[in-house]
Order: sequence, then C-alpha cells, then structure tokens
Amino acid sequence: MKPKNKQNTVDLYYMEARSKLIDIAAFMDRVERDGFTDDFRYLAFKDALKELDSDNRTRKVLLSLSDPTKELIPVATTKAACGAWPDKPQ
Amino acid sequence: MRYIEPHAHMVSRTTDDYMAMVVAGCKAVCEPAFWAGFDRSSAHGFYDYFCQLTDYEPKRAAKFGLPHFSWLCINPKESEDIKLAEDVIALIPEFLKRDNVLGIGEIGLNKNSRNEMTILEKHVNLAAEYDQLILVHTPHLEDKLKGTQLIVDMIKSDSRIDPGKVLIDHLEEHTAKIVMDAGFWGGLTLYPESKCTSPRAVDIIETYGGDRLWMNSACDWGVSVPLAVPYAAQEMRRRGYDDETLDQVFYQNPVRFLSQSPNFNIGK
Ligand SMILES: [Zn+2]
Repeated sequence: MKPKNKQNTVDLYYMEARSKLIDIAAFMDRVERDGFTDDFRYLAFKDALKELDSDNRTRKVLLSLSDPTKELIPVATTKAACGAWPDKPQ
Repeated sequence: MRYIEPHAHMVSRTTDDYMAMVVAGCKAVCEPAFWAGFDRSSAHGFYDYFCQLTDYEPKRAAKFGLPHFSWLCINPKESEDIKLAEDVIALIPEFLKRDNVLGIGEIGLNKNSRNEMTILEKHVNLAAEYDQLILVHTPHLEDKLKGTQLIVDMIKSDSRIDPGKVLIDHLEEHTAKIVMDAGFWGGLTLYPESKCTSPRAVDIIETYGGDRLWMNSACDWGVSVPLAVPYAAQEMRRRGYDDETLDQVFYQNPVRFLSQSPNFNIGK
C-alpha cells in the first residue's frame, strides 16, 4: 500500500528520530556512569545496536532481542517478559 | 472518520474513554477476555467476568450509542493451572449463545509453556466444535517470535480451522510475515512502549498491504491509549493517504473480518 500524495519521509520523521537517537545515547551514558554495564539487558541492547548497520533493521533488531529456541518450556515460572533473552550467550 | 476498535478491554476504562472514542468516530468496540492483572481464584470469578463482558459492559457502552461485542476464553497467563482452565472452558458454550459474542479469544501463549499450549489446543477445539471465530494473543517481547511460530504451526495443523476466520494479534516486524504467509488475519497493537507505534504499524501495512491487517489500541488497565486507532489514522493522513483508504483500513477491513460472525451487526 502506498499513499496517493507521497510526503518526504525525512521531513516527516527526522526530528522525532533525532530525539530518540539522543535519548539512546543518554541512556547508554547513564547506564555506564551508574555502573550497570554487565546487565544482560544492556549487553543485549548493545548487541542489537549492531543491527542498525544493515538492511531490514527493525526486523533484525527484534530478532536479536528474541528467544531463538523452538521448544515449549516445561512450565511458566513468571508471567512477565523482560525485553531481552536472558540465556543469550555473551 | 468512522472506525472500529477491534480490541479494547473496556471493563478497565472510564466513561470518559467511551465518550472520547465515540466523538472520534468509533462505530463498534470489541472486547476480548483477558487477564485481570491478578489471578482469579476460581472458575466462579470467570463466570462473573463473562457476565460482565456479555451483559453489563454492552449496556454501559450502549449509553454512549456504541455497539459492544466480546470474545471469551481464559487468558494464557492463567493457563498454567490446567484444572482451573478446563473448568473455565467448560463454562464458555453457555455464553456463546449470548448475542454480543464474536468467538473465542484472546487465546494464545504467554511464556510458551507446555500447559499454555495444552489450553490453547482446547480453545481451538472449542472454536472448531462451535464454528467460532478465533482471536489470538501472541507473547510479549523476547517471547513473541517463538510463540507466534508455535501458534501458527498449531492452528495450521488443525484442518477444521479456516485461517481466514483467525486473527493473530500483536504482530511486529519479525512476526508479520509468518502470520501473513500462513493466510491468517493479523492485528497491530498500538502501544506507547511495547508492541507497535503508529508509524511502525503503518510501515507494516505498507509492506504487507492492508487487506488482512487491522490496528487496535488493546487499551486496558496498563499504560495504553484508547484513541490509539484514530491517532494511527492521523499518522496515515500525515503520510498522504486519502479518506477512502483510511475508511478501508480502519472500518471496512475490520467489518469484513468480524462480519464472519453472525452476531456482528452494526447496521448501515
Ligand atoms: Zn488484549
């Protein structure tokens, strides 16, 4: 699907993306300043950042943060998800 | 504009939300059964909840002139207790006779456990036996990819189920293709932090076409936006889409899926 009146994508989204980029930089500075760099979520986050240097970035970032296993787990011991796969080898 | 809100947990919302939705052009709201934020202690709690979804909440919506429909199930978050889940599933056939019920949902997986899958299979069996539409919840965050694939494989393996009568919800860029290629309908949930933002939901529609995709707010008791669907329409307008396309995406397509249930009737 495409719009009849295609707009300039950079005009539409640059300022928003710029703001989010600076927020990411500030988040990383904050984590490093406060000494939480060993947290598996932060390590997964830094890993996922590498996917920005490719095509299909959104899909690849999401894949990088996903549980890649295929088998059902024996039992659910929590209801929550944390946003990164805790067993990812580092 | 006119639009359908295909997934909203209105029992958790205020009358102000009903008012805002109607003023924004909402023509029908559909409410899947879900987790209350805490585990219910017995099947009786679900009996009362199903009464709320099929009797009390439609009346509350009607005060704002908004047709209200519901989906029934026990949410995967409460599926680990097999006995409780079976007792709840046994209650559902009685409620399927109520005239605002669209089908079985939102069923699915949460942490991708064996018991969750057992209860998903029982729900799918119920839908097949009673010829009901199915609405599927896919897991959150790191569990979504694996859960979506397991769900798609399980439902595809049941030859009684027509994929055109199943909507798999909460798709993102890494799961949309799995669902679209399998012939199901897909839902894009517009949340501020998890699931999809409006711009990403529109990206996915631009990639896969809008024919078998809908957008929903899935507003509930957590951080969520009851007007997320009309906001997404505004996002499409900003990109240059015309009113005719918006009507197709936000009204005609959801009506086409939902009208497969004889109970979905919102007049002309
Ligand atoms: Zn929901």
